Amino acid sequence: METGYPKPAKFESIGYTLKSNIRQYAMLVALIVIMLFFQIATDGILLVPMNVTNLILQNSYVLILAIGMTLCILTGGNIDLSVGSVAAFVAAIMGKLIIHQKMDVTLTVFLGLLIGAVIGCWQGFWIAYVRIPAFIVTLAGMLLFRGLTNTILKGLTLSPFPRSFQAISSGYIPDLFPFFGSRFNLTPIVVSVLASIILVYMQIKKRKKKIKNEMEVIPPSLFIAQLLLVLVAINLFAYALAAHKGIPIILVILGVLIGGYHFFTTKTVPGRYIYAMGGNEKAAKLSGIDTNKVLFFVYLNMSVLAALAGIAFAARTDSAFPLLGTNFEMDAIAACFIGGASATGGIGTVIGAIIGALVMGVLNNGMSIMGIGIDWQMTIKGFVLLMAVAFDVYSKNKSK
Amino acid sequence: MQTILEMRNITKCFGPVKALNNVNFKVKAGEIHALVGENGAGKTTLMNVLSGVHPYGTYSGEIIYKGKHCIFRSIRDSEKNGIAIIHQELALIPYLSIGENIFLGNERAKYGVIDWNQTYRDATKILQKVGLKENPHILVKDLGVGKQQLVEIAKALAKDVQLLILDEPTAALNEEDADNLLKLLLELKKTGITSILISHKLNEVIKVADAITILRDGATIETLQVDRGVVNEDRIIKGMVGRELVDRFPKRQPKIGEVYFEVRNWNVDDPLIEGRKVIKNVNIKVHKGEIVGISGLMGSGRTELAMSIFGKAYGRNISGQLFKAGKEIEVNNVQQAINHGLAYVTEDRKTAGLIGIENIKRNISLSSLKKISKRWVINDEQENAAAINYRQKLNIRSSSIFQKVQDLSGGNQQKVVLAKWIFAAPDILILDEPTRGIDVGAKYEIYTIINQLAEEGKAIIFISSELPEILGICDRIYVMNEGRIVGELMKEEASQESIMKCIMQSNRGRY
Repeated sequence: METGYPKPAKFESIGYTLKSNIRQYAMLVALIVIMLFFQIATDGILLVPMNVTNLILQNSYVLILAIGMTLCILTGGNIDLSVGSVAAFVAAIMGKLIIHQKMDVTLTVFLGLLIGAVIGCWQGFWIAYVRIPAFIVTLAGMLLFRGLTNTILKGLTLSPFPRSFQAISSGYIPDLFPFFGSRFNLTPIVVSVLASIILVYMQIKKRKKKIKNEMEVIPPSLFIAQLLLVLVAINLFAYALAAHKGIPIILVILGVLIGGYHFFTTKTVPGRYIYAMGGNEKAAKLSGIDTNKVLFFVYLNMSVLAALAGIAFAARTDSAFPLLGTNFEMDAIAACFIGGASATGGIGTVIGAIIGALVMGVLNNGMSIMGIGIDWQMTIKGFVLLMAVAFDVYSKNKSK
Repeated sequence: MQTILEMRNITKCFGPVKALNNVNFKVKAGEIHALVGENGAGKTTLMNVLSGVHPYGTYSGEIIYKGKHCIFRSIRDSEKNGIAIIHQELALIPYLSIGENIFLGNERAKYGVIDWNQTYRDATKILQKVGLKENPHILVKDLGVGKQQLVEIAKALAKDVQLLILDEPTAALNEEDADNLLKLLLELKKTGITSILISHKLNEVIKVADAITILRDGATIETLQVDRGVVNEDRIIKGMVGRELVDRFPKRQPKIGEVYFEVRNWNVDDPLIEGRKVIKNVNIKVHKGEIVGISGLMGSGRTELAMSIFGKAYGRNISGQLFKAGKEIEVNNVQQAINHGLAYVTEDRKTAGLIGIENIKRNISLSSLKKISKRWVINDEQENAAAINYRQKLNIRSSSIFQKVQDLSGGNQQKVVLAKWIFAAPDILILDEPTRGIDVGAKYEIYTIINQLAEEGKAIIFISSELPEILGICDRIYVMNEGRIVGELMKEEASQESIMKCIMQSNRGRY
């Protein structure tokens, strides 16, 4: 019945909002708690501007891999064990071509990504079209590419790379507004203010649209609180960057990747196909989705990102060595599961995996500052992974 | 006869939803007691309370079994007392043998070491009791659903069951197997075993039950005694839906146009067994606005025919031609089939029709994503609008379009599958058992939707195991047997007898 009056907006209760998003919020809250804990435990060293930048640089490779791994896990709990070896293989080729053959850096980086794509096609073919379980194909890939890495490097470490290559992981965007002398870089501040304005505008627009379409929205108080929290976080982060050396180049790459893949998984048709396939492959097939193609693409994509991670890591350590990338796959997989991905597929988000990777990264970094040995670090990380997933299982059972 | 089981004032809530509200249920020793009601009426929940799936303390009320108050904390507790429940989804392990399955969790063992001779000797004895003539060494995966059902019952008998609960035991069986199962229930009754039978098939219920309890919206409506002779299907339906259902099939004036879809000389081989033909030289035609039924026993090749037509989703070495509006079309995969305006609503909505962990909206849009996207980017507003529209049109009972489909009842899940395919705007719809396992009210709604689609001029192929349904809504019926079309009947000449006659005659011709 049309009454002619606009209907009042429907608000979800706060309890409901929290309950339905408990996983996402819980991990974010956990991340903040962990950061606060280490901030106190390290006498404020954790969030010193230089260390904030360091956190990004240190964990860039996990963040890159976690994005790709999320897609793999989404298709049905498949993982890619070969990413560490693929990263090492590409890094070794980088070293060979750039250090020994003196090839052009830009060209070689593109070549490295291309090699990643070729490796992805190779593994994707066996996984998607021959239907050998991904676990086995990538286990084989893990051995295969580790072996090839050793063959290329002959067991030696290649170093040093030219500065232009190192810049990928240790360079900064030059200060575009050099007003305050050399110590304070204004670029991040300008970027974050602009980003804040755009964010507020977009969020309000989205909310209005939802209300117009009579969809449920969170109450205004919570909406404003949420928005404020995000704004404060962004601007504090920008301040930290500004106080150190500015925006790292790798952060720009990460931003583009995270934004791009978030959009891809939530808004596009192929992104939806990945979720559908993981949810129920048979139903997806009968709905006209070429699930082989989806699986092939996901593994192709993973290897390209593994190549990128290898390049970023080689640039950061300024070397290519035989053991590069050892256990990368485990870090990436752990990040995805801490971030709420389901081991049976169909559930998980790119943002969740990023939060998961940051949780691991802050744990690593904080414990290192505190002087806790690498042995205990591993133990604690293992425990955190188990607890995060246990919490997930518990909250799912409870909501039933 | 004395009372073996009494459930008093059982109330069970799931969150804010009251699934059972003060239910009272009384079963006499040695009878077959049927429990009927629409989907969501609370039948399965009640049985789960009884068998300890919902443990003591998660519900209120009391259970009195053999004169004693019972506290069941798990299924093991109820099993110890001789209560066994056989669920809709069978709980057998496919790669274990019949014998191993029968004694699973109840092994014939001494000091933890299994005595295989005794296991198989006992298994053979129990198999005789349930009338299954199979070697107990055979793996369960190699049995048909009907025989698996019998293994389940054998498993219960191995535990000295006194109260056997069967949840929709015949839903997945063909008529012959279903008949055998019902006979077995009567046999078991003679040996003193009490059974509770949950079923949507009212004719079966009337055939075997001594008493029928009707549940509606989580409450007991009434218990009918069958021996008094006043119980018929209409009487039960009236209790289930709370009103008289004047007609089980909605009326429709067929407006049949020219031939629209045609399958010629269709042959399909089994995808697993080399050289075994599943579909043999099938020719069928469907007119615009016509509902064409395909009838036949389970295993006659109906689903295989439908799926092989739908983008070769089943089988191999497929040969034959498809024509749409007089022109031959090439359909080699599901995407092409959809592009040519074909749609196939699967008989198995849980494993092949829906993505349970996704919401209603995302399920409805799944086959039509290209239609609501631009350069691969999905338009949220269009997607929501479509979902809201179909939720309303098909009366999908749910909290919102964001509810997960796995939380919906069977009938509403089926409506989501239908919505998905209607949204894909097909010209030719193949519906495979679209009303399986759903209640009378939802069935009526689905028939109405199908009639509307026919009214819009779509060509509809309707596959069903239930003869009354085929007779009730189809304009023309093909009868299938052993992968062949063995008869074609117009609505006027079709009856249960004439359909069965086609099948029997074709069998005789072969042997």
